[in-house]
Amino acid sequence: MVVKVYGPAYASPKRVIVCLIEKQIEFETAPVDLIKGEHRNPEYLKLQPFGALPVIQDGDFTLYESRAIIRYYAEKYRSQGTELLGKTIEERGLVEQWLEVEAHNYHPPIYEMTVQLLFASKLGLSVDEKLVKKSEEKLGKVLDVYEERLSKSNYLAGDFFSLADLSHLPFTQYLVGPMEKEYMIRDRKHVSAWWDDISNRPSWKKVLELY
Amino acid sequence: MATPVKVYGPPLSTAVCRVVACLLEKDVEFQLISLNMAKGDHKKPDFLKIQPFGQVPAFQDEKISLLESRAICRYVCENYPEKGNKGLFGTNPLAKASIDQWLEAEGQSFNPPSSALVFQLALAPRMNIKQDEGVIKQNEEKLAKVLDVYEKRLGESRFLAGDEFSLADLSHLPNAHYLVNATDRGEILTSRDNVGRWWGEISNRDSWKKVVDMQKQQHSP
Repeated sequence: MVVKVYGPAYASPKRVIVCLIEKQIEFETAPVDLIKGEHRNPEYLKLQPFGALPVIQDGDFTLYESRAIIRYYAEKYRSQGTELLGKTIEERGLVEQWLEVEAHNYHPPIYEMTVQLLFASKLGLSVDEKLVKKSEEKLGKVLDVYEERLSKSNYLAGDFFSLADLSHLPFTQYLVGPMEKEYMIRDRKHVSAWWDDISNRPSWKKVLELY
Repeated sequence: MATPVKVYGPPLSTAVCRVVACLLEKDVEFQLISLNMAKGDHKKPDFLKIQPFGQVPAFQDEKISLLESRAICRYVCENYPEKGNKGLFGTNPLAKASIDQWLEAEGQSFNPPSSALVFQLALAPRMNIKQDEGVIKQNEEKLAKVLDVYEKRLGESRFLAGDEFSLADLSHLPNAHYLVNATDRGEILTSRDNVGRWWGEISNRDSWKKVVDMQKQQHSP
């Protein structure tokens, strides 16, 4: 039984894929074309009723929301691959904290920038420059807090790589790559070192190679 | 005897209530240390030391200091598995996965439009901030689409993640409560058969009633 991940070309599914690779879990993928609107097809909506990516199928079991999926697999396969949840309840608490920070503080502005700078024109919409500027400022403030945090510990939840760091990979890759905003990372010494560390993990390099 | 479990933030804050509701469900004693956000307590250096984003709530017990309400709730469930409502975060991995899925749906799909509406309709007038009709309309449409999905789900399942009340349902209480009780748009929830039925059940839980009482004891911010 192999885990099937939908939509590997896009960022949130890559959050799941990199986790599966870290945990040495076999998987396969199925394409979903957002530009063609395949996420709105009735067959897809049966799996993911919000029409968002990703969703996974694992035998009869279906699960959506990438951060729920990575928590499930990180816990289920605790004894193999990289430990992604910390070793104690307290460490797990910090992993959860920074995963929530990513979801609610980091993700909203970087997602707005992604939609505007990478997808608006593909969807025939004009770029909202004011929104991009506002989002970039918001993201900058969040990165300033990260800079302070990462001056005290090597990774977000402590001195161990975890789901919290992993969760930042896909959209930050968009930021430093096609969005051409690498300076936001490089201008911050500790964020820069952290980014180099996590983005050079073999698992992430594999994701970029495959998708 | 003072409990080591402390929650920092005003009881009228939705995120603070999320944590308080969870602690009450889990029967964990705690101390609520209120903050006056109108006076900028949450931006003062002492508070920023425990919550560097200047948001509420912050949480401390004898082992750890945490931020982000949903992370705090998950930690409380993991740290006190035998206390209070033992099934709040599921009693097996598949149940927990479903709860995490709906907790994420709440955080990513329900929270943004409902928070925007609560701000525009309930808070902005009190703070003498002009309401933005465009933002209101946009978020009403967004929330309606999300609740259409919930309506279907809650026709198939008593609660969001399954047949038992869970952290996923709890997480919706604060924003939903304000929508129904502090704005004139409550029917977005109550007019849908299944969502209305679900809202009636979850808002009648003892833990939530205690939170509402606690809020009533506070003066307006």
